[in-house]
Amino acid sequence: MSLLRDRVALGGGILVVAMFFLAVGADLIAPYDPLKQFPEGLTARGAPIEPNAQFLLGTDNLGRDLLSRLIWGGRISLTVSILANLVSLAVAIIVGGAAGFLRGAVDTVVMRTVDIALSFPTLILQIALATVLPPSIGTVVLVISIFAWAYPARVFRGQILSIRERSFVESARSIGASELRVFVRHVLPQLLPTVVVYFTIRVPSAILTEASLSFLGLGVPPPTPSWGNMILSGYQLYRQAPWVVLFPGFAIMLAVLGFNLLGDGLRDALDPRERR
Amino acid sequence: MSNYIIRRVFWIFLVMFAAITFTFFLTYVIPADPAAQIAGPTAGAREIENIRKGLALDQPVHVQYFNYLGNLLRGDLGRSWMFRRPVSDAILGALPASTMLALAAGIVELLIGAIIGTISAVYRYHWIDRVSMIFALIALSLPSFWFGLILLYVFGFLIPIFPLGGYGGLQHLVLPALAVGIPYSAWYARMLRSSIREILNEDYVRTARAKGQRDFRVILKHVMPNALIPVVTMWGMDLGRFIGGLALVEVIFGWPGLGWQAVQAAKNLDVPVVMGSVLFVSAIMAVMNLLVDIVYGWLDPRVRLS
Repeated sequence: MSLLRDRVALGGGILVVAMFFLAVGADLIAPYDPLKQFPEGLTARGAPIEPNAQFLLGTDNLGRDLLSRLIWGGRISLTVSILANLVSLAVAIIVGGAAGFLRGAVDTVVMRTVDIALSFPTLILQIALATVLPPSIGTVVLVISIFAWAYPARVFRGQILSIRERSFVESARSIGASELRVFVRHVLPQLLPTVVVYFTIRVPSAILTEASLSFLGLGVPPPTPSWGNMILSGYQLYRQAPWVVLFPGFAIMLAVLGFNLLGDGLRDALDPRERR
Repeated sequence: MSNYIIRRVFWIFLVMFAAITFTFFLTYVIPADPAAQIAGPTAGAREIENIRKGLALDQPVHVQYFNYLGNLLRGDLGRSWMFRRPVSDAILGALPASTMLALAAGIVELLIGAIIGTISAVYRYHWIDRVSMIFALIALSLPSFWFGLILLYVFGFLIPIFPLGGYGGLQHLVLPALAVGIPYSAWYARMLRSSIREILNEDYVRTARAKGQRDFRVILKHVMPNALIPVVTMWGMDLGRFIGGLALVEVIFGWPGLGWQAVQAAKNLDVPVVMGSVLFVSAIMAVMNLLVDIVYGWLDPRVRLS
C-alpha cells in the first residue's frame, strides 16, 4: 500500500484518470463539435478569438472551439500513445523473452540487434519513415513503436534471466511442463509487474513523439485534432494568438507529468529491488 | 585497454553499416517517387524518366545499394537532390550551428542541474528541497519545442530582449539553449541530488567535517568530485545526442543545424541527405559514447574497461 501513501504518485494517478475520463467522454463533455468552424469564431480580420464566455479557451486559426479540440485531441493523442506502447511492449516481451529464456545464439543475436537499434538517431529515422508512409493514425503508431521496443526488450531480458533460474521454474519442468508452458504460465506472470511499470513510464515519450511528428505535419492528419497538430495550427500566429499554442502544450505537459508521477510510484510499489 | 578501444571502434563501424542498410531499404520500400518529387508537379512523364535515369534510380535496388556502399568507401556521400551540392558539404555546413547549440544547451542543463541538485541535497527535508524537486518534475515534462515557442513569445515578443529566432551570435543562442537545457537539467538535478545525499553519509565526508572544514569546502572538495563522475557520462552522451537530435527546436528557432536540415531533406525525399545525416549522426553518437567510457574509466579507477 506504499502506492497510496505516496501522495505524489496518487496525484499522478488522479491526473491520468482525469485525462482518460475526458478522452473517453469527449462526445459528452466537449461543449462543441471539434471540427465546426464558427462564423463568429474569427475576428473581422480572420484572426482567432481570445478566451471568452462562449469559447472558454478561445478559438483556433479556423474559428474552431479550442476547448472542444483539446478534449478530442486528448482522445487521439492518448490512443496513439497507448497503442504504440502496447505494440512496442508486445514486441519487447517476445524478443526480450526469447533472448532471456532461450539464451545461447538467440540471446547474442537479439542483444546485439538491440544495441544497434539503440544507437540509431531515432528522430531523423522517424521523420523519414513518417514522410514516406501515407499519413494516418496507424502510421504514427507504427513509426513510434518501431523504435521503442529495444530498450524495454533489454530490461525484460535481464528480468527473465533471473526469473528462469528460480526454483518454481525448475519444479514446473520436473513435472514435465513443456518449455512453452513454462514460459507462458510460470515466467511471464513474474514479469508482469515490470511490464506494468514500463508501460506507464514509456507513455510520456510516446506522447512527446506523437506531438513532435504532428507538429512537423507528419503525424495525425488534420482536421482530426491531436495536441501536436493543434500546436502546429497555432504556430504561424503565436504572437497574435498565443493561446492556440499555449493550451495544447499545457495538456501535453500535464499528461506527461501525470504518467511520470504514476510511473515513479508504481515502480516503488511493484519493484521492491528499486526501493530505497 | 587498446584491445578494448579496437573492439569498440569495430563496433562503431558495424553500427554505421547497420544504420546505412536500414535507412537505405527503408527509403526503397516506400511508395513515394523521389524522381517525381524532384521534377515537380508540372513535369511530364519523359522529364521524370530522365531524372530517374540521371540519378540511377532506374537500377535494381541491390545495384544502387552496392553503388552507395562503394562510393561511401571512397568517402563520397553523393549529391543532395534538393540543395544541389555534395552531401558532405551540406552536413559540414550545418555542423557548426549544431555543435554550437549542443554545447550551449549542454552548459545550461549542467549548470542549472548542478545548482538545483546540490542545493536540494544539502537542504534535505527543507522546503527548498521540495520546491526544487517540483521544478524538476515540471521541467522533465516540458516538450522542448513548445517550451521554445513560449520562450520566444515571452522573451522575444512581449519583452523583446532576444531576437525572434534566426542564426547568429550569443543573442540568438540563448533562447534555444534554454529551451533544450531547462527540460534536460531536471535529470541532472535528480541524479546529483541522490548521489550527493549518498556521499554525504560516507566516512571520508564525516572525517572532513570532524577536522572542522566548512560545509562549503566539504561539498566542493570532497563531495563534488565523486558526485560528478556519473554526470560526466550522462553529459557526454547528451552532447552526442544533441548534435543531430534537436530537429524540432532548430525548426522553431530557424536554427540551420543538422536536425533542421535532416527534416527538410526527409520532407522533400532528398534521400542522399537523409542517408548522410543518419550515418553522420549515428557515428557522432557512437564516438561520444566511446569517449565517455574511456573518460569514465580514467576518472574512476575502480572501473575496468574490458
